[in-house]
Amino acid sequence: MTDRSTAAILPMPQAGISGTRKALSMSLWVAALAIPTLAPGYTPLANQIVVMILFALSLDLLVGFTGIVTLGHAALFGTGAYTAGIMALRWTNDPLITALSGMAAAALVGLLTGSCMLRTKGLAFLVLSLAAAFMLHELANMATSVTGGDDGLQGVSFSPLLGVFEFDFRGHTAFYYSLACLFAAFLLVRRVVNSPFGWSLRGIRENDARMRAIGCPIYTRRLAAYVMSSALAGLAGALQAQTTQFVALNSLSLELSGDVLIMLILGGSGRLYGAFVGVPLFMFAQDLLAKEDPANWYLGQGLILMVMTLFVPGGVLGLVERLRRSLGRGGR
Amino acid sequence: MVGSAPILETRKLTRFFGPVRVTGDVDFALHPGERRAIIGPNGAGKTTFVNLLSGRLAPSSGQVLLAGQNVTAMSEAGRIKQGMGRTFQITSLFPNLSVRKNVFLAVAEHEGVAWSMFRSAAAHRDQFERVDELLGRVGLADVAEVKAQDLPYGRQRLLEIAVALALRPKVLLLDEPAAGIPTSESHIILSILDTLPKDIAVLLIDHDMDLVFRFAQRITVLVQGSIMVEGTPAEIAANERVRKIYLGESDHAAA
Repeated sequence: MTDRSTAAILPMPQAGISGTRKALSMSLWVAALAIPTLAPGYTPLANQIVVMILFALSLDLLVGFTGIVTLGHAALFGTGAYTAGIMALRWTNDPLITALSGMAAAALVGLLTGSCMLRTKGLAFLVLSLAAAFMLHELANMATSVTGGDDGLQGVSFSPLLGVFEFDFRGHTAFYYSLACLFAAFLLVRRVVNSPFGWSLRGIRENDARMRAIGCPIYTRRLAAYVMSSALAGLAGALQAQTTQFVALNSLSLELSGDVLIMLILGGSGRLYGAFVGVPLFMFAQDLLAKEDPANWYLGQGLILMVMTLFVPGGVLGLVERLRRSLGRGGR
Repeated sequence: MVGSAPILETRKLTRFFGPVRVTGDVDFALHPGERRAIIGPNGAGKTTFVNLLSGRLAPSSGQVLLAGQNVTAMSEAGRIKQGMGRTFQITSLFPNLSVRKNVFLAVAEHEGVAWSMFRSAAAHRDQFERVDELLGRVGLADVAEVKAQDLPYGRQRLLEIAVALALRPKVLLLDEPAAGIPTSESHIILSILDTLPKDIAVLLIDHDMDLVFRFAQRITVLVQGSIMVEGTPAEIAANERVRKIYLGESDHAAA
């Protein structure tokens, strides 16, 4: 209570972040730049992590900020990946054009599915999102001549980035490219969640009936958030295709939808940085456990998740916040 | 007040719940700037009447007119845009957001900036000026950064009023604003109600007779879904039938 009432003296609420957190966040971004130099062997894994962070960040816009829980987010990731891959095989393999097309395609799929699904909420929405993703997965599985079916799209290669930077086998270009996209997406999402639009999404999450009663068009507001999130998920998918030169059928799978949701919740949803914490944690744990016991590593992962969910609600960032608060109180 | 056209009017407003008539043939008129209260025993249909006015419920028959316009078929959201504001008997806020954000959300929707995606909310100075003015009016400026759920219950009721006022209503329907507040503290609600802009017509429903009689210029007594009598507080207090069925009963309850 004490720290809150002192905050009330401040003239203007700063929706952004405090000074120390800003410095911490900046130094993490800079540290990320050094990964290819300091740990060249880990660059491909780091690239995977960056792509997944972008995917989880797009999900945070829905789950954390708007209160829309979906189990079909991979449908949009996969749409972006397949769009980039198919375009590269047939028309153009320019990375930027295919990435933008992947975003646009995912946004379109998000608009079409979202405009049906968002007429419902909660459990009904969850089931619909699952069904929509299943349908898309099956469609990609059946259309073998276009998608490669179960084998996925292999040997997808892209021309040098901006005509200069080759996607080399060490994965440096890929990593910096993904990181740049993530940074741009992060700035965009941060801006959006701190805007009146972003606040209204939080209002919908908190109490949608009340939002309606103050004149908010809930349906279109949620649809806008959904389309924006879809476009970012599509970008993540396109990056996946471009940086791994492969599109797997499981980029549309329920497994991926579930994993990304778990990663986000592990880190802490609705905090913008949850994806940045949860994804590396999940992927390192996966890496370690898979080395330890390649056959049964899902068992270990399941145990960790149960412990986290039972004892650390709000994810790692939620835990940090509570620790800081109780330390602050003790110090007074 | 006299001579001006009513801002809110009902004509033969009727609502059935199954076979039960909860609102029956109500002809009611509220004038700009008027301070009106509706009283009646439990189950008299007061909240149903408010819900019919606000558009949360559709009437079985009859009409609702807002500023002379027939809004009977209009949605709740549409009526809000036309100037109908209300608070809820059960507090309905954004519990995890600060007091200031609660009010900002309403101001942003009303002033049409809620679609602004790429400009920080904090940069919307005009809207925040209005937010702070509203918080000052209801006496919540000192807790602007506190989460709504951490406010004491009475102050949450005040925040409800601030959120409703943010929409610049022409008519304000207050459904039991003092519900859950000890009678000894209802004067705080009264003093806030006294500062409401004079051009807003206010319709108050409350069980707190002290609050009702001090607030209202006119009182409408609702019994079994119909208007039994309407008049000034003095007239209502002197009315034998009212005393018998309602005031006497509540005096006993209070004693």
